[in-house]
Amino acid sequence: MSLSFQDLILTLHRYWGAQGCVILQPYDMEMGAGTFHPATVLRALGPESWKAAYVQPCRRPTDGRYGENPNRLGAYYQYQVVLKPNPDDLQALYLGSLTEIGIDPLKHDIRFVEDDWESPTLGAWGLGWEVWCDGMEVTQFTYFQQVGGFECRPVTGELTYGLERLAMYIQGVDNVFDLRFNDAGVTYGDVFLENERQMSAYSFEVADTEALFDLFRKAASECERCLEAKLPIPAYEQAIKASHVFNTLQARGVISVAERQAYIGRVRDLAKAACAAWLERAA
Amino acid sequence: MADFLLELRSEEIPARMQAKARNDLSRLFAECTSEAGLSTGAIDVFSTPRRLVLIARDVADTSEANREELKGPRSSAPPQALEGFLRKTGLSEEQLEERDGVYFAVVERAGRPSIEILANTIKRIVADFPWPKSMRWGSGSMRWVRPLHGIVALLGEEIVPVEIEGISSGATTVGHRFHHPGPITFGGAADYAEKLRACHVIVDHEEREACIRDGAAVAAKKAGLSLLVDEGLVVENAGLTEWPVPMLGRFDAEFLDVPREVIVLTMRTNQKYFACTNDEGLLAPAFVCVANVAANDGGGAIVEGNRRVLAARLSDARFFWEQDLKVPLEAQAKKLDGIVFHEKLGTVADRVERVAKLARWLAEGGAVQADADQAERAARLAKADLVTGMVGEFPELQGVIGGYLAAAQGEPPAIADAVRDHYGAPSSPTSIAVALADKLDTICAFFSVDLKPTGSKDPFALRRAAIASIEIIVGNGLRLSLTHALRGALANRAGQTGEMAPTHKLDATADELLEFFADRLKVQQREAGVRHDLIDAVFALGGEDDLVRLLARVEALQEFVETNDGADLLTAYKRTANILKKEQWGPEDASCGDLAPEEEVLEKAVVGVAATAAASVEAERFVDAMTALAGLRAPIDAFFDKVTVNDPDLPTRARRLNLLMRFRDAVNRVADFSRIEG
Repeated sequence: MSLSFQDLILTLHRYWGAQGCVILQPYDMEMGAGTFHPATVLRALGPESWKAAYVQPCRRPTDGRYGENPNRLGAYYQYQVVLKPNPDDLQALYLGSLTEIGIDPLKHDIRFVEDDWESPTLGAWGLGWEVWCDGMEVTQFTYFQQVGGFECRPVTGELTYGLERLAMYIQGVDNVFDLRFNDAGVTYGDVFLENERQMSAYSFEVADTEALFDLFRKAASECERCLEAKLPIPAYEQAIKASHVFNTLQARGVISVAERQAYIGRVRDLAKAACAAWLERAA
Repeated sequence: MADFLLELRSEEIPARMQAKARNDLSRLFAECTSEAGLSTGAIDVFSTPRRLVLIARDVADTSEANREELKGPRSSAPPQALEGFLRKTGLSEEQLEERDGVYFAVVERAGRPSIEILANTIKRIVADFPWPKSMRWGSGSMRWVRPLHGIVALLGEEIVPVEIEGISSGATTVGHRFHHPGPITFGGAADYAEKLRACHVIVDHEEREACIRDGAAVAAKKAGLSLLVDEGLVVENAGLTEWPVPMLGRFDAEFLDVPREVIVLTMRTNQKYFACTNDEGLLAPAFVCVANVAANDGGGAIVEGNRRVLAARLSDARFFWEQDLKVPLEAQAKKLDGIVFHEKLGTVADRVERVAKLARWLAEGGAVQADADQAERAARLAKADLVTGMVGEFPELQGVIGGYLAAAQGEPPAIADAVRDHYGAPSSPTSIAVALADKLDTICAFFSVDLKPTGSKDPFALRRAAIASIEIIVGNGLRLSLTHALRGALANRAGQTGEMAPTHKLDATADELLEFFADRLKVQQREAGVRHDLIDAVFALGGEDDLVRLLARVEALQEFVETNDGADLLTAYKRTANILKKEQWGPEDASCGDLAPEEEVLEKAVVGVAATAAASVEAERFVDAMTALAGLRAPIDAFFDKVTVNDPDLPTRARRLNLLMRFRDAVNRVADFSRIEG
């Protein structure tokens, strides 16, 4: 039988753990992508070697569909691997992980299709691919070139697996809520369908936008206070918080196109300043 | 002499960069070897996603020897100058030659072994390669499009030794990523392609393209379908595969409710699949994907996987389509006031308002033979699809989606077609009215706020809009005064802003616009083989701004000047014009004395031709006007042959100059021949 959702995670943990990665737990804050985790953003900066793997819950309020779309979720999981410096055989290591979770590369069509990655809110970019398995994007594969506006030396290799998609593929399931979560009869829907419904209602209808605007301002100023105190980690946490609040405000449709750039720019400045402080402290 | 093989093996090179990379590789290699004086035979370049390959035939064993003479200081110069020169040339004083008090050094350079030159060439290629985007990796500092892993460099059977950031050249590479990941060693350029083929890599991109092109067509044919040919997709898939295997899959026919363009585009851009059609040319519920592996189960799992991905994408598309269908375009159009078109030109809704009025005006004025109400309504709906979910997902389908929605929501075909076609150069009346109004408004609005194209900069694509307008006018034979239409568009825009622009400003802008159009017309007609000097010759007459009439006249003129009569008349005209110019001749009192016979003949011909030509031009019978002009050829030739213009009798001379002037003017009534080249 193919891997359950939780066994998929455990298999990846074992595999990357054996490659010398520290297996971290998810960061305990709301964020839009696994990349935001300090174990990626901050650790990608500076000369020290670093290997880590972790699951990160990702919140994308605008993608919420009240649990009615079989492919879109307002909250989902990414499996994130970062290796610094990237080993010479990173592609082979990655392909090894696919074999490990049951994808035979001589039976399936695995391809590396150009996809350059950029995060305007983190001032980060890199080159790489989206990895296709039989036409489906299963992983984002990136060699970081810059984070927080700073050159990455050495370069971090980042792998981001979309866990639900991958599991749907492995299990041959067309609706995310039908995924086997474990092998004891629990589905993904049993665990998360109600969350999707309620969180969509919250993000699109209920969230108090005044309070959120206020929260954004407070997170931003708290970030600045931490920067003054030369505490890059809490400063960066506040930048993550501001970023998530901004995402929720967007889902509520209260940020105009013109304002959008200004908010992204504000978060980027905070993140960049936190990165600068992190590098300074390390130096 | 020996053949040289170079393979630069990296992680996957983006498909879209491979064609340029091959050219750059070939160019850099040729530059480096020719600078070094190393001669080579033919150069072939190939690419796969993981390899850039160059094979140079018949590389000489050494570069050409050369001898160079360098001029040094004067022998009387201070000793430091001589010392410097000796250091620079590496010679001793005895080896220098002294001529006329100046030192000369003769430097002989023996030919260098090719292997050494090739090693340097490889280093330079890797260092200077102009990738559109390159990156660093690991702890190194070298840059390449993606991490570089191996260099095969063989001259004959010998390795060209080179080391770049820890990568040493050799005779070994690897095969297909999954079929043959182990090492393959080559004996030289000769066995390169075949050894790789045995390891599931087709090195020649053109061979892979052919394999995809033919394989995809065969796969479709086997299913009783035809492949929708898409050469861009062939090349892209060849850039994504080392061992391409085209396979046909099917999708659920219920998705065919979604507009065809959406399905084809989803398959093409998101999935890189080919689409298929049935006997009737209708889209079939099938796709052809190109795998990079000869799967061990025959490909069943791959086709099934791709089918499921496509189904997810199509159900997303169908979701947007169904949502969009529910909202009337009229309601969508109201949302356009939230989209800024340009900070100086207001919102898209403002623009729609202008285009709607202008389309109506064009129809009412008779410039376009369309129903004014339909034209206005079509214009009001034309941009509404910009706020639909479908166009949000696929911006390149603007217009197409609007057309489908308009038809589905019960608009008459003329309106739905106009919505669909107004971005291009359509040919049915309502569509023409909207398309022309749309383009004239764009051009006039930007000109009116002084945002004109300059040099190579045309950020709002106004030149393209002008060319499209010309195509609409000329292609559909629209009889309109361009000046009038442009003034109408300018006034329409001025009316909307409320800042009543003074008439003289509108006039100035209209003149400028007319000139802008004249330039575009020349560019556009050049491709059709119409001479720009002839367009000038007709434009120079002034007052001709009916493009259809203008081009008919130019066409007749071009035919005429390319005949013997025409060429000869042009020569006589130029001679006449030169004489008159030299004399700065204006009409003068002249003698009415005895006319020379040739003078008399010409006089009559000029009077006759002037009348016939004018009448023909008036009736737009331009070929007749030219035929009339041809009647001047014999008389003017005879005149110049037999008659002396510069008669010692001044009144006679004046009479003849007056006659030449009338000849010139008669010709000029048809076109300004002084503008014609040749």
